[in-house]
Amino acid sequence: MLDGRGAIKRRAGARLWLSALWLGFVALCAIFAPLISPQDPLAQDLMLGRLPPAWMAGSEPGFWLGTDSLGRDVLSRMIFGARVALTVALLAGVVTCLVGSALGLVAGFYRGWADRIVGRLVDIWMAFPPVLFAILLIAVLGTGLTSVIIAIVVIDWTRFCRVVRAETLNQSQMDYVQSARIAGFTRLRTLLSEILPNVLPTMVALLTLEMGIAVIVEAILSFVNLSISTDAPTWGGMIAEGRLAIHQAWWVLVFPLVALFLTVLSFAQLGDGLRERFDPVLR
Amino acid sequence: MQLARTIFGRLATTLITLIGVAVIVFFIVRIVPGDPIAMMLPPGATDADIDRLRALYGLDKSIPQQFAIWFGNVLHGDFGTSISTRQPVLSLVLNRLPATLELSLVALLIAVALGGSLAVLGTRFRGRKAEAGVDLANGIGLSVPDFLWGLVLILLFGVLWPLFHISGRVSPRLDIPFSTQFYLLESIVTLRFDILADLVDHMFMPALALALPLAAIISQLLKQSLKETVNLDYAVLARTKGYSETRVILSEALPNAVLPTLTLIGVQFTFLMGGTVIIERLFSYEGLGNMAIDAVINRDLPLIQGIVILFALMFTFVNLAVDMTYALLNPRLRNA
Repeated sequence: MLDGRGAIKRRAGARLWLSALWLGFVALCAIFAPLISPQDPLAQDLMLGRLPPAWMAGSEPGFWLGTDSLGRDVLSRMIFGARVALTVALLAGVVTCLVGSALGLVAGFYRGWADRIVGRLVDIWMAFPPVLFAILLIAVLGTGLTSVIIAIVVIDWTRFCRVVRAETLNQSQMDYVQSARIAGFTRLRTLLSEILPNVLPTMVALLTLEMGIAVIVEAILSFVNLSISTDAPTWGGMIAEGRLAIHQAWWVLVFPLVALFLTVLSFAQLGDGLRERFDPVLR
Repeated sequence: MQLARTIFGRLATTLITLIGVAVIVFFIVRIVPGDPIAMMLPPGATDADIDRLRALYGLDKSIPQQFAIWFGNVLHGDFGTSISTRQPVLSLVLNRLPATLELSLVALLIAVALGGSLAVLGTRFRGRKAEAGVDLANGIGLSVPDFLWGLVLILLFGVLWPLFHISGRVSPRLDIPFSTQFYLLESIVTLRFDILADLVDHMFMPALALALPLAAIISQLLKQSLKETVNLDYAVLARTKGYSETRVILSEALPNAVLPTLTLIGVQFTFLMGGTVIIERLFSYEGLGNMAIDAVINRDLPLIQGIVILFALMFTFVNLAVDMTYALLNPRLRNA
């Protein structure tokens, strides 16, 4: 019995480390993109259109993963695409976490009318299909990095709000909160110095999950051509091009798809792992 | 009495939610940059033409006035006229709705069948390699969203091993003799199995992509409930009567373990429907979602409003139905 549990724990540990390793690798690619990418990600050359990857017949040296229909290097665009993906993951994830958690903390701790208003807003938000909502917002805000981040924050704050509110509600009923109040702490101080540190682990785990979701939302927006700009290298944009030329040049779709798949999977595994590690019941 | 109050309260909050949705949709759409009127005019139109068209679409009035008129019309079922196709929004939207509903329901069916089987399999072989396999599949299914599953399926069964169609709802060469847009339903009722086969061929992959994350959720929760149930007294009794383990799970444990999963499916079904927007785009499936993205690209404000309101109505209705069912099934509320 003990052995079995140990084995499961080890396996979960390996999954966590593999996820962290992949995300670290993607982060390094993103940071050093100009140094390591073999070609200019924007350079077009119609003479070099739809070149296959290096190990296939008809490839050209220097274009390791082939080129797209405009002759742009797939590997270089993927490396620069990592920049967009991680920037969106980090900024959109953190801002969504801050906005959603703040509302959740206030609603769960102060209850009363604040809770009722926030609860009603969450209900209204849950009635919107998220992808359609995001696309609509981009149409209103115009394309660009800021718009993408705003759209993600606007559609996804409820995810944090609901969980953090429930967790705050739980914590508020604990003895230590009563003691803090009896010891003369103001309500705000009780919330910030007593409850917040106990809700923080949940927030961090959710933030990791949210980063994966942000990467996907950005890819979806790029896919429908409503993200950064049309020729900026993004994984979603590459996938959209690849989808059109799927029978002629599968590599334009496959490589960015693998990168996106592993990144989203890693964020999700890492988030789940952190949640299990922080959760006193599961621990 | 308690039950009546619960139901009444729930109806009231639903109404508030729907009004909130209408307000938000109206104001978001009103601040869209780009003049939709300018796009529908032929070159050389005079200022008088522009003003006349503006008045026709009510765009010359103040924003609160526009909202009051629009909301009043919506209550009467008048969603206005689409700017890009010049047809009534309601008929355009209702024309596409059946395709999306059929896709969502087929996806739900696949998710329930797949998730249910995996849960039973994992419970039957609990503590063995097969259960670890089910857990791993659940983990991956939960982590990867429908959009990525769609792309993976296109690659696997559309290109690498072309088993299914990867775009459209039905082959254009087929002559569709149906009177409604519920093609799937009508092909079954009228016994047109050639059309049914073609529809399934087109629908299977987008439906599977939508179903996989939900299947993983169902499998995970149902397996957990089943494992709690298989060691209870009546299951043990059935085993001593000589029932096989599979039969104990299916006929003794399952009916008692299924309720939490059913509640969850109701809520998750709205997420699945939300996923149809991008999945329809990915598979060029002619449903509401695909039309919504076109409407956004064409800046067709009335059409966008209509589609979002319709989605919100469906979501709210599903959530309401789930809550009502739960209230009716919950003995504490029923007997009080």
